[in-house]
Amino acid sequence: MIPAQFDYVRASSVDEAVAALAEHGDEAKVMAGGQSLIPLLRLRLSYPEVVVDVGRVAEMAGVREDGAHLVIGAMTTHHEVIHNELIRRHCGLIAEATETVADPAVRHRGTFGGALAHADPAGDLPAVALALDAEMVIAGSGGRRTVPAEEFFLDYLQTAVQPDEVLVEVRVPKLGEGWGYRYEKFHRVAQSWAIVGVAAAVRRSNGTIAEARVGLTNMGSTPVRASGVEEALNGASLERIGEAADRAAEGTSAPSDLNGKADYREHLARVLTRRAVTAAAGS
Amino acid sequence: MVRIQITVDGQRHEDEVEGRLLLVHYLRDRLGKVGTPVGCDTSNCGSCTVRMDGQSVKSCSVLAVQADGSEITTVEGLATGEWHPVQTAFKECHALQCGYCTPGMIMASIDLLEENPSPSEDEIRHGLEGNLCRCTGYQNIVKAVQYAAAQGGAQ
Repeated sequence: MIPAQFDYVRASSVDEAVAALAEHGDEAKVMAGGQSLIPLLRLRLSYPEVVVDVGRVAEMAGVREDGAHLVIGAMTTHHEVIHNELIRRHCGLIAEATETVADPAVRHRGTFGGALAHADPAGDLPAVALALDAEMVIAGSGGRRTVPAEEFFLDYLQTAVQPDEVLVEVRVPKLGEGWGYRYEKFHRVAQSWAIVGVAAAVRRSNGTIAEARVGLTNMGSTPVRASGVEEALNGASLERIGEAADRAAEGTSAPSDLNGKADYREHLARVLTRRAVTAAAGS
Repeated sequence: MVRIQITVDGQRHEDEVEGRLLLVHYLRDRLGKVGTPVGCDTSNCGSCTVRMDGQSVKSCSVLAVQADGSEITTVEGLATGEWHPVQTAFKECHALQCGYCTPGMIMASIDLLEENPSPSEDEIRHGLEGNLCRCTGYQNIVKAVQYAAAQGGAQ
């Protein structure tokens, strides 16, 4: 299948990308690595007039430290994320979840920012960004603004990024001493999307759970925090993990599709949450 | 139309292309590199895998304009007088039945072996995720990668 015709604009800076988007508005679509967009173009589920390619914008790639945060450029590829020392050391949950994204060839092209801005609820990285309280730095004609993950994912494939804006980088608080993490994913075959995924980060202190953050993949039209589980784990002993995980589906609206009905996903969410939290708590 | 310059299997090409032209169609229809097949057309099967600046990519999910300035290696560019060791390994281990997935399997295997010269069976199976064999000939494909590794890897 061949995409519909479009004009191709290659941006070499954030300013150029923003200028092109300001000119073409919602007729334009931003392309990062293209690993989600190109299949959509080919299926003609998306047919923008203009494609603005930001894949080569150097200032949008790479990882740096900024005090208590890591700043991950939106164009950092999945392959780079997996192998990046800073990410492995300070935000290992991101590297672990990224290893489960698609397959090696797709991870060579697909990007961290592209996956977040695409906002597929079955994608692995949105729930991770949400669990880690990441902040998205978005550039537009009026300058830059920072949007917390909890306000970033609005609906199915919809984010706070406006048609004339581009996601530039993601600020992720470092997980300090005492934090453990795990991404648990249940899928049908190796490179397929998550039927359900659970991203957990847990801080242990004196043998109990001092703090837990749990993000759910594919349990609604956006990634969601399992706030009932987090509340139940707060200050809890390790023996209470199973009981807390039973609250994983509270407040979710899981989809039903060929892979499973909503109640099956709710069951998976509880089981995977128990496994993820148990592993993250190191027990 | 966009002007691009791409080196394919060691030969430099300059062309005017439409933004929507897929790399796999550029390789097959413009350059006659039909050794790279189109399989699933949905970026699942990996039969169109080529290497772009030394990394495996699915050429059905890359625009030709994205490959501007890059070096592409297809299965046709592997043999230099003699077969590439991974090609030999696929022949020796009978790692192909209908052969449709083979170019992609070979390109993905080379990528895997460059990153990990002596992979375990498990690492081979994970490393080849994204390349599907409809004949289900995976046992011998895994053996071929092990054979190539034992013979000195991807070089």
